[in-house]
Amino acid sequence: MSEVKQIATRDSYGNGLLELGRDHLDVVVLDADLSAATKTGVFRKAYPQRHFNCGIAEGNMVAAAAGMAAMGLVPFASTFAMFAAGRAFEQIRNSIGYPNLNVKIGATHGGISVGEDGASHQCCEDFALMRSIPGITVLCPSDDVEARAAVRAAYEHQGPVYLRFGRLAVPVFHDAQRFRFQIGRGEQLTQGSDVAILATGLEVQEALVAAEELKNEGISARVINLATIKPLDEDIIVTAARECGAVVTCEEHSILGGLGEAVAGLLGEKCPTRMRRVGVGDVFGHSGSAWELLEQFGLRHNAIAAAARELVHSK
Amino acid sequence: MTREEEKHLAVEACKVRMGVIEGTHGAKAGHPGGSLSAADLFAYLYHKELRVDPANPKWENRDRFVLSKGHTAPGLYAALANRGFFPVEDLPTLRHNGSYLQGHPNMNTVPGVDMSTGSLGQGISCAVGMAKAAKYLHQDEVRVYALLGDGEMAEGEVWEACLFAAHYQLDNFCAIVDLNGLQIDGATREVMNTDPVDAKLAAFGFDTITVDGHDFAQLEQGFARFHQNTGRPTAILMRTTKGKGVSFMEHQAGWHGKAPNDAEYEAAMGELRARMAELEGAQ
Repeated sequence: MSEVKQIATRDSYGNGLLELGRDHLDVVVLDADLSAATKTGVFRKAYPQRHFNCGIAEGNMVAAAAGMAAMGLVPFASTFAMFAAGRAFEQIRNSIGYPNLNVKIGATHGGISVGEDGASHQCCEDFALMRSIPGITVLCPSDDVEARAAVRAAYEHQGPVYLRFGRLAVPVFHDAQRFRFQIGRGEQLTQGSDVAILATGLEVQEALVAAEELKNEGISARVINLATIKPLDEDIIVTAARECGAVVTCEEHSILGGLGEAVAGLLGEKCPTRMRRVGVGDVFGHSGSAWELLEQFGLRHNAIAAAARELVHSK
Repeated sequence: MTREEEKHLAVEACKVRMGVIEGTHGAKAGHPGGSLSAADLFAYLYHKELRVDPANPKWENRDRFVLSKGHTAPGLYAALANRGFFPVEDLPTLRHNGSYLQGHPNMNTVPGVDMSTGSLGQGISCAVGMAKAAKYLHQDEVRVYALLGDGEMAEGEVWEACLFAAHYQLDNFCAIVDLNGLQIDGATREVMNTDPVDAKLAAFGFDTITVDGHDFAQLEQGFARFHQNTGRPTAILMRTTKGKGVSFMEHQAGWHGKAPNDAEYEAAMGELRARMAELEGAQ
């Protein structure tokens, strides 16, 4: 068996933009002095006239992107999640969300797996911030294949889209030939009826490993990839809750305001189900290697399996 | 500028002022002070400067105007209505529940509004983005204008946008700053001194020109300078009087965000009607 390819979704972002740029002259890319890290440098190299460095001024970059969208362009404004969703929150709300302008926010370095940079750069609040803005689509792809497809889908979608990508190289598990991405659609990856594991981003791969572990113990877990945080695929979630009777959510994000609470809110109204939320607790991160931190903050497959096990055994 | 033209602009500015009073009185809220200080500019922009078409408000090749000091929407709305973008009779519905005339400009509900604004500092960023896009799209005729307040100059984002405008040599961009000297909490000089705005903007790479914002000939000179500029953005600094044209509102910070009551409405409209009669009587 050949080794599984490992690619960071920020690389997929750069390559996705490059592919888009080939076909679409209305695609322009903005960056805030992070082109090497966000990987928009790949696009800049190919299309220097369509890449606008805005310097370290994220608020202006995001609102300038709104102005470009008002002129008919499709700007991808790129920086770290912390400075996009965090620093430029109000520009995204008032200059993009409120007028419903066709801007795509490419936010790399989401989550705790940013690693060594530490808490100041580990954005675990972006889902909460972005999903609170009316009309914004929020995407968090799980691997290279899905991330590149998400970039294209974001372009084809009319309206604001927030895309979160990761810094850490993660396994590519989707089959590029067969994979089809649709905004708002969850993807069921395994059959299972004892517990549903709803995951997003790099947690999807962890959930798949957890499901294997659970299988050995006789627990069948239904793993669902929710790459669209908003709008939620309500059908797939409610069906899974009804059929499994137990739900675990997994995200590289605070348990406050993210996927877990979105799912809890939905199920609380439509199908009350016992749940566990795997995510970053109400704490800041710290420096460390990415995998170490994922382990330490309870985001690896073993933590997911433990949460699922506990739910199933207390049925 | 001919006397005839000057008179025409004065009449239009008086109509803008009447619209501001109608709107804020109808709303029982809103921002008359800064709308009145910029009334002459609004008239000048919509009757002399901007290439716009009220019959086709989304015309692709139009000039863009962004009201970065979005709270002075009553002035912009009055100018747009009098230019034919929507009925003047709608102005008193300003801020009413269900009205398309939102408290701050909404590009999706108000014909002629090019950008939704209201949160200070963001409008100028949107405007420089538009100017950059016009360059990229080779829309060489398109010019982009943003109107800012002097209090707004304290927003850090304004200066980020200025860096961007100079860096990308946006000579199709003109920032207009309404230096009326007053903001909500008092004199700008006392709240947070932004002076000298001209030297700061010059240092940021703008060609700056200071004019009397109530003198059409001087405004014309300012925009002529903008039209000639190559390779750098222009800033027109307008010295103005807050509340200009309504005697009891002039120079009063208190009229920044307060609507006239019925008696004040009658007094203001009386002054403006007298001004209009005077203009129409003049040869």
